[in-house]
Amino acid sequence: MNAPQKVGIGTPLSRVDGVAKVTGTAKYAAEYRVPDMLYGVTVVSAIAKGRIVTLNEEAARAVPGVIDIISHLNRPKHAWFNRSWKDELKIPGEPFKAFHDDRIQFAAQPIAVVVAKTFEAARFAATLVDVKYETEPHNIDFETSLAEKFMPGVGHRRNTYHPPKDHGDAERAFGEAPLQHAAEYHLAVEHQMQMEMHASTVHWHGDGTVTIYDKVQGSQTSKELVASAFGLGEKNVRVVNAFVGGGFGGALRPQWQLHVATMAAIHLQRSVRVVMTRSQMFSHAHRPECTYQIRLGAAADGKLVAVLGDATTSTSRFESNMEDIVTWGMMNYACSNIQGSYAIAPRDTYTSADMRAPGAATGMTLFEIAIDELAYKAGADPLAFRLLNYSDIDNMNRKPFTSKALREACHEGAERFGWAKRSPEPRSMKEGRELIGWGVATGLWEANFMKTSASAKLSADGHLEVASAASDIGTGTYTVMVQVAADTLGLLPESITARLGDSDLPTAPVEGGSWGAASTGAAVQLACQTIAKKLLKAAGGVEGRPFHDVSSIDELEFAGGYMIRRGDPTRRVGLLDAMRAGGLDVIEAQETASPGIGGMISLATKARNTHSAVFVEARVDEELDQVRITRVVIAVAAGRIINPKTARSQILGGVVMGIGMALHEETAPDKTLGKWINHSFGEYHVPAHADIEDIEVIFVDEPDPEVTPLGVKGLGEIGIVSVAAAVVNAIYHATGKRVRSLPVTVDKLLAV
Amino acid sequence: MSQVFTPNSELQHLAGQPIAEIATTLTINGVERQLVIEPWTTLLDLLRDKLDLIGTKKGCDHGQCGACTVLIDGTRVNACLKLAVTLDGCEITTIEGLGQDGNLHPLQAAFIEHDAFQCGYCTPGQICSAQGLINEGRARTRLEVREQMSGNICRCGAYTNIADAVLEVLESMERA
Ligand code: FES
Ligand code: FES
Repeated sequence: MNAPQKVGIGTPLSRVDGVAKVTGTAKYAAEYRVPDMLYGVTVVSAIAKGRIVTLNEEAARAVPGVIDIISHLNRPKHAWFNRSWKDELKIPGEPFKAFHDDRIQFAAQPIAVVVAKTFEAARFAATLVDVKYETEPHNIDFETSLAEKFMPGVGHRRNTYHPPKDHGDAERAFGEAPLQHAAEYHLAVEHQMQMEMHASTVHWHGDGTVTIYDKVQGSQTSKELVASAFGLGEKNVRVVNAFVGGGFGGALRPQWQLHVATMAAIHLQRSVRVVMTRSQMFSHAHRPECTYQIRLGAAADGKLVAVLGDATTSTSRFESNMEDIVTWGMMNYACSNIQGSYAIAPRDTYTSADMRAPGAATGMTLFEIAIDELAYKAGADPLAFRLLNYSDIDNMNRKPFTSKALREACHEGAERFGWAKRSPEPRSMKEGRELIGWGVATGLWEANFMKTSASAKLSADGHLEVASAASDIGTGTYTVMVQVAADTLGLLPESITARLGDSDLPTAPVEGGSWGAASTGAAVQLACQTIAKKLLKAAGGVEGRPFHDVSSIDELEFAGGYMIRRGDPTRRVGLLDAMRAGGLDVIEAQETASPGIGGMISLATKARNTHSAVFVEARVDEELDQVRITRVVIAVAAGRIINPKTARSQILGGVVMGIGMALHEETAPDKTLGKWINHSFGEYHVPAHADIEDIEVIFVDEPDPEVTPLGVKGLGEIGIVSVAAAVVNAIYHATGKRVRSLPVTVDKLLAV
Repeated sequence: MSQVFTPNSELQHLAGQPIAEIATTLTINGVERQLVIEPWTTLLDLLRDKLDLIGTKKGCDHGQCGACTVLIDGTRVNACLKLAVTLDGCEITTIEGLGQDGNLHPLQAAFIEHDAFQCGYCTPGQICSAQGLINEGRARTRLEVREQMSGNICRCGAYTNIADAVLEVLESMERA
């Protein structure tokens, strides 16, 4: 008898939530039907800084269907202390509290909500609220804000921030280096621009409890915020985010529509839905603007002798958002003299936020442009130059990696791209009216793991349910949970249901940092292993006791609905037969995956990262400087891949966003009015179908049992890192024009 | 410093006016419906808020993203840009009408097979738009599909997979 085929980890299972998504039955936050629900439309401030003097509501209240208007003047009580408003990210500073008082801290700040029987009435009435302001001088210009840049003191820094660690004497090494490169790089503000606008539907049950359907990357962080800030109490609040229409970091923190909808519901003791407009989506989270001075020194043979970086990113005046910018370049290459500094500059906007690969997408990308410049100065092939300076250890922390298959990624990517056929000179490849350029860059991101719980429940009809309060923001978490469960218990995916996106489920962190698959997967595996143990015990009652000498599930294989003695496939017990023999109708388990002692030691002694090598072909119209990205090959080293199909999609998405970062995405400030100018899909350009041609994704073999329990490193972010650098480097190779400020728009190319 | 802002002041006098209601007949996913609709209601809000057909998505409400794409008499249209009362007598097909669980439309099946979505929020619009593109009959090549699908933004960046899915259906129809 052969062991049945395993269906689970490593198979390209189509998304288990696919049917719901393609038939339109998947429900997002603004789509739950709640009885007697009212619609809230938010009025936002027209000024960037100052205070509200009067709010004239008379005309708005006269619109038929308007029920009430809530603002700082009549809002329900909310918590005074900042700590009651902290979300899971715990950004240092004073969290924004909607309708707290008459102060205006940023443009398009929510100041009132009009609640009406219909959306249309609320929308119209919101335009009639007549607000008189007293303005104060503001600044949203990044250049100007640099005069106020600072480094928060210890205890006032983000808990994710890693201070740069200097080694050697970088200044001197740079000064003496025969090859030098020094330049300033810049990244514009970007907005996450998830397709689904932020929405909260508050179902007021009338018995002191509420269910909130929220657009957020973690149901439990919204629940905790609402429970503490509005005094509703933990046990009375349930938050659901079963489907999330994109996150990209923009929904890591509960957003202000949650405050507004909850206050309206409490005030009216009724169910209320509040949805941001697309324009209002620009009022909150965004990737910080960045300026980064890079100095690189190399010996005559091209070996790096000095890496120096000084960067500043933008934040608000009320919170200190921080990123790791300069560390990536210090970690990535072998170099004994490294030095870095970092600061943040406050301005009168909402606090900047995490956006896909926060820090690395900015810092590593800009650094990889600088490295390219040095490679040309050294007269070296840009890929060979990177391999010449390859580091087998984390060069800043001086720790070995749990695994690093970047060399393999470089080779496999180059091979597939045809890098060997590249003509080294810039402006030396052409077809028709287009100059052709080939660029390369390498990417670096973290392999994170977060404490996560999951439950599993096997019923006598053979159905398994696995559950965790994790989120699926398009990352494929539902599918990963099913695959890990299928793998562990040897069941078919069709007989498994995954539940997530509900604060009542076992504790899980927000979906971010690429830790979802590794952490939720590990928790599901543990819960299923506990089920397996219980099954083994129950199998003791099976006639003939085929497992009388089996003491651990490690001696068993789970496949095709059976537990099978390893090495002796004739000794097998059906899972349901075991349940029957043990007199069990249902088996339940709940487990928590955490790094554990071994994991903590490994965390302290080893670096854990994902790597990538990105190859880009750019075609640039010689006269118009219009750029097309015709080909991308990205080779990713990210440990074990649970699902090659959804994994590939994650990388594709990162690459597309990276192309947007390189060519299109920029939120421009109106310095006079203190607001973003281009607050719409029409004017904030993201890549469209026509912009995206060929993208090939390669996953490099990188077995790594040490990095996380499943050997998974995570994929949500590595796909974007350094893509924009490869694009800029390809444009340089095509045109001989080096642009150091992203995005590379036509005007910048024309100006070189 | 002090400033006064009076938004929409020219409309203040309309504040107390009653909202009219207009009898409108729409055939939605094959079912004829006699509706009484306020003239300021878009087709998108009618579908989502009044008829609970939430498969049609709102991504901008300004005709800039394509998430709300539906078929009106077989032509793809951004539902956020149409006032519902202007569609009296029209046939509207939404994602719910294209196919259902167990009876998937070939485009829906191809989208699943090619993993042509991640968060799924743009997906109903992409699929309706692809059906509209097929109805138009002008797209043959990948380049044409990409160009003619460019009104549908996918922030998750599933474009290459969407193009694969649409081309597969186009080609299978040509063979048939
Ligand atoms: S919602 Fe209609 S085009 Fe965006
Ligand atoms: S699948 Fe998320 S926007 Fe397209």
